[in-house]
Amino acid sequence: MKILLMGNPNVGKSAIFSRLTGVDVMISNYPGTTIELKKGKVKLDDRLVEVIDVPGTYTLEPTSKAEEVAVRMLEVGGVVVNVVDATNLERNLYLTLQLLERNIPVIVVLNFWDEIRHLGIQIDAKKLEAHLNVPVVPAVAVTAEGIKKLVSRLPEARAHANKYSEEARWSEIGKITREVQKVTLKKHTFLEKLEDLSVKPLTGIPITLSILAFVFWLVRFVGENLIAYLFDPLFELYLPAVTGLSNVLGGSGIIHDVLVGTLIEGKIDFVQSMGLLTTGLYVPFAMVLPYVFAFYLALGVLEDSGYLPRLATLVDAVLHKLGMHGLAIIPMLLGFGCNVPGALSTRILETKRQRFIAATLMAIAIPCMAQTAMVFVLLGPYGIKGFGIYFVTLFIVWLALGFLLNKVLKGETPETFMEIPPYRIPYLGSLAKKLWMRIRSFLTEAIPFVLLGVLIVNVLYVLGIIDWISEAAAPVIVGVLGLPKEAVASLIVGFLRKDVAVGMLLPLGLDMGQLIVASVVLTMYFPCVATFVVLFKELGAMDLIKATAIMIVSALLAGGILNALSDLVSKA
Amino acid sequence: MEVSLFDLRTGQKAIIMGLKGGGMFRKKLASLNIRVGKTIRKITAQPLRGPVVIEIDNTEATIGMNMAKKIVVESLGAE
Repeated sequence: MKILLMGNPNVGKSAIFSRLTGVDVMISNYPGTTIELKKGKVKLDDRLVEVIDVPGTYTLEPTSKAEEVAVRMLEVGGVVVNVVDATNLERNLYLTLQLLERNIPVIVVLNFWDEIRHLGIQIDAKKLEAHLNVPVVPAVAVTAEGIKKLVSRLPEARAHANKYSEEARWSEIGKITREVQKVTLKKHTFLEKLEDLSVKPLTGIPITLSILAFVFWLVRFVGENLIAYLFDPLFELYLPAVTGLSNVLGGSGIIHDVLVGTLIEGKIDFVQSMGLLTTGLYVPFAMVLPYVFAFYLALGVLEDSGYLPRLATLVDAVLHKLGMHGLAIIPMLLGFGCNVPGALSTRILETKRQRFIAATLMAIAIPCMAQTAMVFVLLGPYGIKGFGIYFVTLFIVWLALGFLLNKVLKGETPETFMEIPPYRIPYLGSLAKKLWMRIRSFLTEAIPFVLLGVLIVNVLYVLGIIDWISEAAAPVIVGVLGLPKEAVASLIVGFLRKDVAVGMLLPLGLDMGQLIVASVVLTMYFPCVATFVVLFKELGAMDLIKATAIMIVSALLAGGILNALSDLVSKA
Repeated sequence: MEVSLFDLRTGQKAIIMGLKGGGMFRKKLASLNIRVGKTIRKITAQPLRGPVVIEIDNTEATIGMNMAKKIVVESLGAE
């Protein structure tokens, strides 16, 4: 037997899945968070039963990919736990009635049970149960209320094979809702007023700009303070140990260079030494992790509050001119954390063309937080001018390239049609859990690549390969980009980890113009290997080759233009 | 007076009178319970040929401009 969790998008299926199985999954307050089937197990009477979290669907008439997946799951069979948003009973019952035509056992969960009272809604769950003739369990998934009841009533799930026409379905739903639900008028709450204000352009755009400015400030404030007061002191404590090791190894030699790295003026420099135990640990923990933590903290609040679909609405008109929906803002925002989840979340867009444009633009113009953190270090001394030019350049590239792709690629962008959920106060427990899941995946997925990157730098230097490539690439690196040919080492490592690559620019003694050119080129020219693999899976080989060609050409173009401009400015 | 959702004034409540489109169009709208006879409220319309935002039941929906032009409503006036 299998348990299928089914329901409209954004009704809390994943939250219930997580409660049933103990498996951690991403939960947010926007439709389409779950992009693939998630499986877990629940214990029922000493028996482990598989639970499947099916992506949300409004109907069982397969009109989109997500709905096809849902319908195919039904053919596998099992018990359907139909999760219903109690605050939108009428709309949600459409899927319920369709499920009751499929001759498969169904049990209904009325989620968001705590919210209906504030909305002036009363629902008679017993009456609803009588009408549907299947068990109905009120629940609050985020606090686990009702989950035990759901498990204990699972065996009561009942199958029906009703037959309705579409019209009859709606009239039946109308009858049921009138009998089980009472709605009393209530005053608009503060959150509801805020809902209106944040989608009206006159107030919404200033609100968006304030939020973005605040997030930017928060990430730098939290990141810098975590480094200054937590991670740097920790590495100070660690320094004697690794210095001891350096002395034991005699201060040079291959093993010393790989583990400790090169001594700078006779001392270990955590940023520049390039050893596995020095730079290999310092970059991910003391330079990147603090910013990753701060960014995901802010992103979690934005996701869980319900702000993102409103942002998507505000930017919809602009994004349509770049060949995408407003919802494409979600892959972009996730990409600022890490390009891998960014690329995966392009599935939220329904056409192949949109997904290609979104994935390409994200991989080219959105620096992940690991890279951004290092750019802060690199360009920080030049203040807002330094990283201001860096971000503005990437933004112009993003706009221009999107506009161009929309003109060149065949096909149209379908019109936007999406649900905007109500604002909800983020639930601390799920915020913390999501933050931890993301930090954990940074620690387990990023750090091995950082270490590998540092190791490869050493091997390539020892074998003289970097010198050889530097000579070969000198015409482009020096001639077009105006960088010293040693910068090529950083471009090679950039394929593995962009943070390590940006760090490698530090010892080269570049001026501000060169640092900006190098940072922009490093961001644009190629995705890191982890992103590359995901793009291959999402786009296929042909489209990935196209995207890669676009990246290399536009990186050289942007880098070349910036270099020419910086020459002009320095001559003037 | 019947107007399209696109032409309806911001802030007004209205009853949906007709949907000028095929079966797929009507099914798509029905997924968010936007059907003939339902009451909605137009919250705003985005500039630059952007989408219209309405409130229906306890959710809001973002609807592309051309779709909004095909939804016929009768105004009930401001709230």
